Amino acid sequence: MSEYILETKDLGISFGGLKAVQNANIKIKKGQIYGMVGPNGAGKTTVFNMLTGVYIPTTGTFYLDGEELKGKTQEQINHKGIARTFQNIRLFSNMSVIRNVMVGLHNQPQYKCNFLTSMFRLPKHFKTEKAMQEHAREILKVFGLDEERNNLACNLPYGKQRKLEIARALATNPKLLLLDEPAAGMNPQETADLVRIVKKIRDEFDLTVLLIEHDMKFVSGLCEELTVLNFGTVLAQGKTEDCLNDPEVIKAYIGG
Amino acid sequence: MIMGEKKKFKISNYLNYAIIIAFVIVMIIINSTVGLGYSDKSTLPRIAFSCILAVSLNLVVGFLGELSLGHAGFMCVGAYLGCYIANTIRAGGSMPELLTVIIAMIVGGFVAAIFGFIIGLPALRLKGDYLAIATLAFGEIVRCIFKNLKIFGGAMGMSTKLYNGNTLYILAFVVLLVVLFCCQNLINSKHGRAVIAIRDNEIAAKAMGINVTFYKLLIFIVAAFFAGMAGVLYGSTIGTIRQETFSYNYSIEILVMVVLGGMGSINGSMIAAAVITYLNIVLQQQLSGALAPVKNIVYALILIVIVIFSNAPAMKSFREKFNPKKLFRRKPKTPEVAEAIERKDEAKWDRIPTKIDMDEVLSADTRSNYADAPVPPGADVIPMERSKDEMYRPIESGKEEK
Repeated sequence: MSEYILETKDLGISFGGLKAVQNANIKIKKGQIYGMVGPNGAGKTTVFNMLTGVYIPTTGTFYLDGEELKGKTQEQINHKGIARTFQNIRLFSNMSVIRNVMVGLHNQPQYKCNFLTSMFRLPKHFKTEKAMQEHAREILKVFGLDEERNNLACNLPYGKQRKLEIARALATNPKLLLLDEPAAGMNPQETADLVRIVKKIRDEFDLTVLLIEHDMKFVSGLCEELTVLNFGTVLAQGKTEDCLNDPEVIKAYIGG
Repeated sequence: MIMGEKKKFKISNYLNYAIIIAFVIVMIIINSTVGLGYSDKSTLPRIAFSCILAVSLNLVVGFLGELSLGHAGFMCVGAYLGCYIANTIRAGGSMPELLTVIIAMIVGGFVAAIFGFIIGLPALRLKGDYLAIATLAFGEIVRCIFKNLKIFGGAMGMSTKLYNGNTLYILAFVVLLVVLFCCQNLINSKHGRAVIAIRDNEIAAKAMGINVTFYKLLIFIVAAFFAGMAGVLYGSTIGTIRQETFSYNYSIEILVMVVLGGMGSINGSMIAAAVITYLNIVLQQQLSGALAPVKNIVYALILIVIVIFSNAPAMKSFREKFNPKKLFRRKPKTPEVAEAIERKDEAKWDRIPTKIDMDEVLSADTRSNYADAPVPPGADVIPMERSKDEMYRPIESGKEEK
């Protein structure tokens, strides 16, 4: 157990000659809502991809709760407790809402059920399915999606699809939740709703949240600390107000 | 509410078992009264094992979303090895024939499953077309190996014992029921959900911690197992197993059944399998002798017609127009709605909201950082019933009894 839930040490990746991210040192305390901002192409999503095992960092490493996770596969990292959402929504669009969440619950140890048990419909299968369904509905209720549980995910409006993606990530029981532009494409009311939900799940599920967002109002309303990336390097780090008032940051965003 | 839907869902699941059982009972009755002809007795098992092949390939193509063209290869492995075991058992002692065939099916299935594992392990690193080519090559390799092995009869084919024609079709349909049961249950479980999740979005499935390699292999192995069983049934239907039967033409024919029946629809692939197999047999019987060369052309033409009829957009709207179901369609329940539809009511706004109005509606956030934005009705966060620790606690047996 360490003080920081996520700690990256000189995290960096280069694709050929392009150094996408260099020397990123991010330290996130337990229970924090931590923001990552930066202009387009700054390498924010690349950091997410490294933290979830899509890319293997070429330099540096990262620790979740003191455990080094570099080089693990995406599945293993998810089992260790990092879950994510995607910038462009990646739901299982031909499945109903509740089933999307149940896929998230798939690897929970209490729902272990061998495939032969399911194939021959042994009693344990029914017990597991029922428990999973109840659990999924409870998660959906938090997001106000319980009414729509039997709709196909692709038929949901955009804002609800975003919420469903968070719900699905939450179902994997993570310690650290990575949200990639959760408020993109949402109207102000939905965004306000999302702020409440993120705070709520942080408290209820004792999560740590790391999020990427361009909506500065959203960021300053939610995040306690920030990392500002620009051209793959850390431009500023620290308390949210300090970061956003940093002249370097303003210059990177607005130009001049 | 969820219970009601579940019930309906289950009835439709049992419906196909009921239809198959009813069909077999009808056939038994016909056989015992009028007597089925010799050709019918060989047609029925062929339909059954085609259905098994189509259903099992549907697991791979329809649910996992990977294109496999080596299904006849797995069938080939199952047929040769299963029937070889059956022949040795028959030579060895006096085991009842039914038991022999069942053992042969299990052995054939297992051997095919092992092959499925061996071929699946490297092949499933491939995607899409490349996997199709790799599996196609596998099917051909298997065929060539059996062609050159003397213990399996080489190019002459391996002779097997025909199963009693009066009961073979019953056995075949019972096996079909078992396969159907297994496939449906697998798909309608958490494992099936994982498989469909992989099909829908592999990246997201990985990010949700689904072991993609495991599930791809599992489905490949299960499908190969059932294909191997179908191979043994085939061996019992026909006197001699010839390797030409399992050429890639046959793999593609199975794929045609799956595609025509609708990928991801188990019932559909069974219907398509039955229709195509029957069509093949009928064409073979009708167009013999001088007309034999036309057979393949007619078969292909019929396939084209079926595909156009089932999938061309113009045909779809045509069928929708003359859909007999329309006559039985239920009218809307509430009389007000029905009346409104009759009158072709259109929405009338008392006052069309101006842009300023809309801005007011949407700018609930102009205050600082959404902190005290008004909660829109219905969007209120519902308090949780259980704490997180409770939700993630292991299931205790006997919890339901409370």
